[in-house]
Amino acid sequence: MKISNETIIEMYEKMVKIRKFETRAMNLFAEGQVGGFVHLYIGEEAVATGACESLRDDDYITSTHRGHGHILAKGGDMKYMMAELFGKETGYCKGKGGSMHIADATKGILGANGIVGAGHNIATGAGLGIQYKGTDQVCACFFGDASTNQSTFHEGLNLASTWKLPVVFICENNGYGISVSQARHQNITDISQRAVSYNIPGITVDGNDVFAVFEAVQEAVARARKGQGPTLIECKTYRWRGHFEGDPTVYRPEGELEQWKKKDPIPRVEKYILDNQVMTQAEMDKLNEKIDALVEEAVDFALASKFPDISSAVEDVYTDIVEEGRSR
Amino acid sequence: MKQMTYGEAIREGMRIRMREDENVCIFGEDVGAFGGCFGVTAGLFDEFGDKRVRDTPISEGVIIGCAVGSAATGLRPIAELMFIDFLTVGMDQLVNQAAKMRYMFGGNISVPMVVRLPGGGGVSAAAQHSQSLEAWLTHVPGLKVVYPSTPQDALGLMLSAIDDEDPVMFVEHKAMYGMKGEVDDVIVPIKLGVGDIKRAGTDITVVATGKMVHEALKAAAKLEKEGISVEVIDPRTLYPLDKKMIFNSIEKTTRVVIATEEVKRGSFAGELAAMISESCFFNLDAPIKRVNALDTPIPFAPNLENFVLPNDVDIYNAVKEVMA
Repeated sequence: MKISNETIIEMYEKMVKIRKFETRAMNLFAEGQVGGFVHLYIGEEAVATGACESLRDDDYITSTHRGHGHILAKGGDMKYMMAELFGKETGYCKGKGGSMHIADATKGILGANGIVGAGHNIATGAGLGIQYKGTDQVCACFFGDASTNQSTFHEGLNLASTWKLPVVFICENNGYGISVSQARHQNITDISQRAVSYNIPGITVDGNDVFAVFEAVQEAVARARKGQGPTLIECKTYRWRGHFEGDPTVYRPEGELEQWKKKDPIPRVEKYILDNQVMTQAEMDKLNEKIDALVEEAVDFALASKFPDISSAVEDVYTDIVEEGRSR
Repeated sequence: MKQMTYGEAIREGMRIRMREDENVCIFGEDVGAFGGCFGVTAGLFDEFGDKRVRDTPISEGVIIGCAVGSAATGLRPIAELMFIDFLTVGMDQLVNQAAKMRYMFGGNISVPMVVRLPGGGGVSAAAQHSQSLEAWLTHVPGLKVVYPSTPQDALGLMLSAIDDEDPVMFVEHKAMYGMKGEVDDVIVPIKLGVGDIKRAGTDITVVATGKMVHEALKAAAKLEKEGISVEVIDPRTLYPLDKKMIFNSIEKTTRVVIATEEVKRGSFAGELAAMISESCFFNLDAPIKRVNALDTPIPFAPNLENFVLPNDVDIYNAVKEVMA
């Protein structure tokens, strides 16, 4: 498949954005400026980027606790994301969600989710909504390897395949469910094998190769848009950081991280870009600087924003009811 | 006025909104041509077809999850769980997804969905098909909980439940599906959060939900002959709750019995009692009394089930005790 230079540049930019956003978030957490549970996507950038490149603004995604990459790849705005990480009123969720629960309905982002496996069924529901209305939208469902052991995986894929719903199930197999390696949590190596149970296409791709992810998802999206039902795509990748910031990662065999760092998805694209003269080194450097500035702008925006007014704590539980507050 | 059963009234509410709004749809186990385990969706498949009235696999997690995902993307789904007891299988999708989405996403996403939940006992369905689990739902901010006791209320509340922008849990008592009642010719939605005085009285208030409303009315009729005037209040929606109606009644009667079919431990009845003691303590002339199921699973043998479930005699006895 010939991928246009424009697409390559766009994907490169998104991957760098994710890497830089996450690196900044990592440092902010280490400095104590950002609290809570922060799950970073560093190392997995090619998956969200390659997948979302085939999606339109009106397509949907469901995301996970490790969601920043998905949100950025689907067009989320760094400023509102960073503000949400800080718990500020200007954040995507007005400070009520934090790192783990960013959503943007205007971009079809049905929310990052703190419950492992919750997205399979929600994405299936979004698929039902699309099919019901007869549009050619799709929903991409991101999830990790460990979530494929939840009942929701079976329930969602079973129904989506039975009803031929326009859902693309994208498994980010990063080798671990928190501290438990894949070999210890399931009796298979390739999760795409499970597609056989649902009589749908299943494919495993190198999740650190953005072009491979892009091509696989593009094909799956095309099938879904034509009403041919879901696809299961397994992207083998690796998270460089722990499950959450603060995780000492004692469960990793020595040298494993280093091996995966050699397969860093970003230099691979940079090499392709230079080899094929898609951009010059100077152009890439400039793009990197631009993204550095965007990240700093986002941090400044977050820092300058206010924490939400305490009165908002009792709002948005319901559309038409404000809960009782307290005097304090 | 026309006669309608409780089950027909629920169906009529769904049918009215389905005729008006293409985005209202039904899915669940055997809700299609089969008409639902209790026949509540009978005829809707023929009228609206398999796109709008869909049989799902026996897969409660995805039934509720599908409601969440399709509601978040523009449909107004009505999901039927065959029994409220099956909530356990799909609970995450309700508690951590449906109930939380609006709040944790800062108002970014709403999930206008209805989940129909046949509950209650009295039909020898034993421990896994007879429970009254309303308190699990009222405990969760983000869910609204409705529990009609008459055909009229079932119809009016179903309309409001479908119209609502939030997830509404529609609890139905399975032993009442065939119960007939009068329904106004002019059909109007009943606002959530508005209770109903099912019988006016002056000496004591009985707050009852679901089928216990009828048990309370039976007890009240008997008590009237003994000179005790009982006011029976049916909140109709457990959340939002018409506290004002309950508190006003207690201010007048100064005595209260709470009757629900739940097991007593951790019940919504306990929440009602706590609210009343917080707000009406100095109006009360006697301790609050609760009438509930015994704290056991629901047994199969009719005599055992009858003993475990609360009835009009228990309410009668409770009223006599509080009046003493």
